[in-house]
Amino acid sequence: MIEYDPVIYSRILTALTLGFHVIFATIGVGIPLMIAIAEWMGIRRNDPHYTLMARRWARGFVITVAIGVVTGTAIGLQLTLLWPSFMQAAGHTIGLPMFMETFAFFFEAIFLGIYLYTWDRFKSKWKHFLLVIPIVIGATASAFFITSVNSFMNVPQGFNIVDGVLTDVSPLAAMFNPATPTKIAHVIITCYLTSAFILGAIAAYHIIKGNAHVYHKKALHLTMVSAFVFAIGTALIGDLSGKYLHEYQPEKLAAAEWHFETEAEAPLILGGILTEDNEVKYALEIPYALSILAGGSPDTVVVGLNDFDEEYLPPLWVHYAFDLMVFIGIYLAAVSAIFVFINWTKKWNAFTKPLLWAVVAGGPLSMIAIEAGWFFTEVGRQPWILNGVMTVSEGATTSQHVDILLYVFVVLYAILGVTCVVVLRRMFKTNPVERELEKRGISHTGSRIAK
Amino acid sequence: MDYEIIGITVLWTFLYGYLIVASIDFGAGFFSYYTKITKKNHITHNIIQRYLSPVWEVTNVFLVFFFIGIVGFFPSTAYYYGTALLIPGSVAIILIAIRGSYYAFATYGAKDSNFYSFLYGATGLLIPASLSTVLTISEGGYVSVEDGKVQLLYGELFTSLYSWGVVILAIVSVLFISASFLTYYASRAKDLDALELLRKYALVWAFPAIIMGVVVFFLLGNQNPEHYQNMLDIWWVFAVSFINFAIATYLIWKRKNYGTAFILVMLQYFTAFYGYGISHFPYLLYPYLTIYDGFTNETMAIALIIAFIAGLLLLIPSLYLLMRLFLFDADYVKGKK
Repeated sequence: MIEYDPVIYSRILTALTLGFHVIFATIGVGIPLMIAIAEWMGIRRNDPHYTLMARRWARGFVITVAIGVVTGTAIGLQLTLLWPSFMQAAGHTIGLPMFMETFAFFFEAIFLGIYLYTWDRFKSKWKHFLLVIPIVIGATASAFFITSVNSFMNVPQGFNIVDGVLTDVSPLAAMFNPATPTKIAHVIITCYLTSAFILGAIAAYHIIKGNAHVYHKKALHLTMVSAFVFAIGTALIGDLSGKYLHEYQPEKLAAAEWHFETEAEAPLILGGILTEDNEVKYALEIPYALSILAGGSPDTVVVGLNDFDEEYLPPLWVHYAFDLMVFIGIYLAAVSAIFVFINWTKKWNAFTKPLLWAVVAGGPLSMIAIEAGWFFTEVGRQPWILNGVMTVSEGATTSQHVDILLYVFVVLYAILGVTCVVVLRRMFKTNPVERELEKRGISHTGSRIAK
Repeated sequence: MDYEIIGITVLWTFLYGYLIVASIDFGAGFFSYYTKITKKNHITHNIIQRYLSPVWEVTNVFLVFFFIGIVGFFPSTAYYYGTALLIPGSVAIILIAIRGSYYAFATYGAKDSNFYSFLYGATGLLIPASLSTVLTISEGGYVSVEDGKVQLLYGELFTSLYSWGVVILAIVSVLFISASFLTYYASRAKDLDALELLRKYALVWAFPAIIMGVVVFFLLGNQNPEHYQNMLDIWWVFAVSFINFAIATYLIWKRKNYGTAFILVMLQYFTAFYGYGISHFPYLLYPYLTIYDGFTNETMAIALIIAFIAGLLLLIPSLYLLMRLFLFDADYVKGKK
């Protein structure tokens, strides 16, 4: 047994809650956009298949929203309960974006309720479509605001500390710090990418199981085209994130890359393992790539780990999380590109089993990449809770009993996760597409682009 | 006006908003379960579902708004309340998590399950009990601060008449507010069976609610004499509250003007809640923290107030749309849409 230490337990409990929440938060940000695209396609092409797609996605989405909302409430309260000193400092500096995030959430909540219950209420289909726009805006805006809070933790600015007292606070400078643009862009686009892949994986799975209905083919095509666009965006923003890290958090970049010596023409290290005396083994080295990633040219000097105070270095295993994220990102881009290309040439059939399985695997993999990415960025900031200002142990609660709470929350999330899967499966199994199409009087061939 | 006053007024208003919408929601969950086990579910099911389904998520936001807002306006509360409330706060989180997700599972999922509605109904009564701890400890006497270390005194909390009084008051108020709203909603829907049943619930819970209100008022005299004295100084506010209650109950009893009756119930709690809040002034946590020493810096205060006004400009039309579509649309309420 580890000795009771509120700091350790608070860290684990926060990681657990956020790790669980991020699954539903990612879906919560991305899926509204996919629903909007599907409904828009349905109206534009006058194709009821897409409209039904939007409807079915929305129905499943509500279940995940519920868990997203309750775990979001949980982390909101837990921040105060587990990190009282941090929240005291944060309240002074980034109370604004936290406050605005709840506005965005409020806005989304109102329109989600309306959207779900007005499918057949308006004469004009566009009117109902308009209702999904505030949901997309609200979902993306909450990601925007809450990520700016996290950016602040990476590059705290917009205040001075004079004798331990905060002065000259500028809420906007705190919100729009150097980490904000890349972080927000990266978070939002990967939420879109992940959601597209998860919905694509469901469609691909149905086709593999022998369900050749044109509905699933349309769903797969729509999601893969979207995923391809988002994957390109992710790659571009990923490059900018590298340049940001180089400039503002070089120790995080160096830890991610196991880059020990400060040098120009630094190579990028992919994979590999680190021995106890800090030797990199079995890794793939790409010459100059790290310098190019960091500064855009091979002669950029990248600061190495040896130049930092060892006390303030993050653990070096973040390299694995970083690589996992990058590898999966490349995989997702490749799979969606191949699918879109084959479908576009019309010479080959894109609906072959190996490619479909690759899409199915992309669903859970994309979520693993999200988790890996967050673990990299959060652990890569250790030992700071506010980079360079407050360490994690200074921010934690002094309360007893955090250990018991950890166990209770493990059980809670396990139960919620399992029930969520069971309910979603049951929901779609008892009401398959074919039956719903029939019930709504939509013919199987009633579409222009049937393949 | 001081920024501190604006800040606490904004927060208090949101807490009041939460008190009303959450009470309706929590009570509805309980009635929904209760009618199920007493085999009267068919009477109330439609009314409750038609109201709750589009708004359950909105209810939750009021709470989030309050606790994020208080950290924004009064960052020091994070330190005191955050440390002291680790256990009660976590209990509330767990209950809210169970309630929210199982509501969605039961309503949007495929299966109507007794177990789900039990979880939904039971947590609806336990959440107000666990959340009311915050108000209880704000009176002082339940928290010790030594060498800057904040601790909640569980022994004091669990053996105190006042803290139990608040818990019971919270629960009976939830049931009363909820039943009087649902009575009104059923009358809008012209659902006479549901109206009869819910009206009966409203009358049944009216008296425990008012009696507990009076009891807690006097129990506070022991717990925090200073606060009690402040309350006596503005006794007329509580008298107004009582009159609102009396007229509301009379109207429900006489089967007329259910809409007015519900507004009076809202006013009853509005006056009592603000009277309580104003007499608590200026303490956030007696005697350690006042609104002045816990307040954020001026720049942040202005930024928050601007954000708040901008946010309201966005929210009020949206909320109006929500209510027009689901609360005041006669055809929807009657189940025709």
